[in-house]
Amino acid sequence: MAENTPESAAAPQEAAAPQDPQAAKNAQLLALLHRLFGADTFTDVEEPYGLLTVTTTRERIHEIIAGLQQDQELQLNFLTTMCGIHYPENEGKELGMIYHVHSLVNNLRLRIKMFFPIADPVVPTLTDLYATANWMEREAYDFYGIIFTGHPNLIRILNVEDMDYHPMRKEYALEDGTREDKTDLFFGR
Amino acid sequence: MAVNDSLEGTHKIIQEAREQQHNSGLIPTLNDFSQELTTLNLGPTHPATHGIFQNILQMDGERIISGVPTIGYIHRAFEKIAERRPFYQITPLTDRMNYCSSPINNMGWHMTVEKLLGVTVPKRAQYMRVIAMELARITDHLICNSILGVDTGAFTGFLYVFQEREKVYEIYEEICGARLTTNMGRVGGMERDFSDVAIQKLRDWLKTFPAVMKEFESMFNRNRIFMDRVVNVGPITAEKALNYGFTGPNLRAAGVDYDVRAMNPYSSYEDFEFEIPVGTKGDTYDRFMVRNEEIWQSLRIINQALENLPEGPFHADAPHYYLPPKQAVYKNMEALIYHFKIIMGEIEAPVGEVYHSVEGGNGELGFYLISDGGRTPYRLHFRRPCFIYYQAYPEMVVGSSLSDAIVTLSSMNVIAGELDA
Amino acid sequence: MEGAGFFATSLEQVVGMARANSLWPLPFATSCCGIEFMATMGSHYDISRFGSERPSFSPRQADLLMVMGTIAKKMAPIVKQVYEQMAEPRWVLAMGACACSGGIFDSYSVLQGIDRIIPVDVYVPGCPPRPEQVLDGLMRVQDLARTESIRRRNAPEYQALLASYNIK
Repeated sequence: MAENTPESAAAPQEAAAPQDPQAAKNAQLLALLHRLFGADTFTDVEEPYGLLTVTTTRERIHEIIAGLQQDQELQLNFLTTMCGIHYPENEGKELGMIYHVHSLVNNLRLRIKMFFPIADPVVPTLTDLYATANWMEREAYDFYGIIFTGHPNLIRILNVEDMDYHPMRKEYALEDGTREDKTDLFFGR
Repeated sequence: MAVNDSLEGTHKIIQEAREQQHNSGLIPTLNDFSQELTTLNLGPTHPATHGIFQNILQMDGERIISGVPTIGYIHRAFEKIAERRPFYQITPLTDRMNYCSSPINNMGWHMTVEKLLGVTVPKRAQYMRVIAMELARITDHLICNSILGVDTGAFTGFLYVFQEREKVYEIYEEICGARLTTNMGRVGGMERDFSDVAIQKLRDWLKTFPAVMKEFESMFNRNRIFMDRVVNVGPITAEKALNYGFTGPNLRAAGVDYDVRAMNPYSSYEDFEFEIPVGTKGDTYDRFMVRNEEIWQSLRIINQALENLPEGPFHADAPHYYLPPKQAVYKNMEALIYHFKIIMGEIEAPVGEVYHSVEGGNGELGFYLISDGGRTPYRLHFRRPCFIYYQAYPEMVVGSSLSDAIVTLSSMNVIAGELDA
Repeated sequence: MEGAGFFATSLEQVVGMARANSLWPLPFATSCCGIEFMATMGSHYDISRFGSERPSFSPRQADLLMVMGTIAKKMAPIVKQVYEQMAEPRWVLAMGACACSGGIFDSYSVLQGIDRIIPVDVYVPGCPPRPEQVLDGLMRVQDLARTESIRRRNAPEYQALLASYNIK
């Protein structure tokens, strides 16, 4: 079993990661982002619970994720997850996509958000950068109706094909509409 | 030795005969019949797929040309339900996501909420969580590996380790009263302390289990039939695996030593000594071996946690979020109010957004929680490792035979509940 | 009793006894309850003690459809198809809260109980039920099989029941 000899991986990883506190790492990351893409690209820079969060626009998103993937210094080249979100009150910015990228080498995470109007929910796809984006984007399309231009196969993934709405949008009810045994009297609907 | 030698000779003769026939054109190849491909609908209720996934395969004889997976057959709308439930009531949902290792999901969710609320969990509760989570990892890997045995034709391993799994469930029952979907954690700690019986059962099991595990390993690890079925089956390179977002044992089998427990330690994992097993080729055999080795490492962690289990409270002092003891509810006005507020979901959480990830049975299990200051999450997104890595399945099986595809699926340990949310 | 002999009984009882003790279940396992069924099938609880030695994965040869776990609306037509493929006599056991009533998943995508698409004989509640409960449910099905009249499947009530589910 030569190929499965357990290696102590914990030690080298901890040594590789900078020992500074999270804030310093985030500042360094933000400086790099500004250097690579320009300071005016990002708005709403926050650090909720130590995770650097920036907001950008759908015009720049593909370029940013691609740039981060190729950057040799920080190596933010692991797309952890992405998800859609719906804020019905935000006029003109109702829908959003939130990306989490991760650098496995430097143990650094970054959250990128972008918002766009619900009337025009078209954003570029990331499937050409990450194979894993394929199903995540299909899920976002299924849940929120976000259309990814350039996606090879943008169809519903979890729900039935002939569903005519996007169920995770806030205006749709959670409950199954066909139940007749649940009345307002007992369940406060 | 003599038997082996003669077997070797027989194999040689058969091989030569085959080659001879092939060269003389006696055996027709598929191309002689036609160039047509067969469409094979594998699933959603195929007995060999352990769960409901559909794969529409294009087959050239026994060889897979392409595959199209369809999922969503058990889509239960976790994320939508979570938007309508108080934090306290999301616990049952997380348990039913990866039901083979529900305590990990459960604790991961509680740690996310604790991060949002800023609650610090006492050391004893953290160690108890580690014990529960590592037990869950062991049961998860046991199911996966024993079912892999069933798929390669060895039912014995399954029957053998399920007996041990029952014993783990007995420990769970002593800890919390349930077997599979345990709900054993709470926001702020554990639901109750480990009883003496639970600790005794755990100690007994820790003594007896290694022998069984050794026997299980000796049944498979160097078994020639088993190795023939799994070595070089469904391989994936590290680059591809990372591009596909693999995490957990499947990524480690490809040679990348990424483990959330080591990289971002949570719940006091930094206190324990353990190793991260890695493979080289990312094939089914490597995945099997990595899981086996992880079981040993989990045992190591449990032993350390049990030996060093600190004294003290088993939950944080957070009356707004942690239910008061039932006796106090009957006698104490304040406790009654808190009890009512928690049960009725009238606790308001602070505004904020948290991403917290734990090392689930299948990889990085992430919880992305956005709270707008209300009583329920505004948005709760689960990063479900199965959902993310199952999309690599067609690429992993293309070119292999159907039986290899089944074995690959089995070794990837795709859990339907986690896949479809 | 010694030597060869005979005993008098009705054909119905003999058939019922034979059917009850050799039920071939079709495990239609979708989620968490499926894992508990694996425990039931495994060495500790051993469902084969009750005549269900052979889980029949083919609906054509199965007597008992055990639906275990959540049935989403996407899955519902498949459950119905599997039921229709089974030959008479056939029984259905709904295991777990989800199969019985939708359980905690009162959501847009989950079927609120499989009795909306196929008739169910025995409900086993629990989330998930313990293996003992599953065995008890199986024994209730055995009771049904043992006492059922062999003409029941031709009865107008039964035909009406199937017709109400739009099953031929």
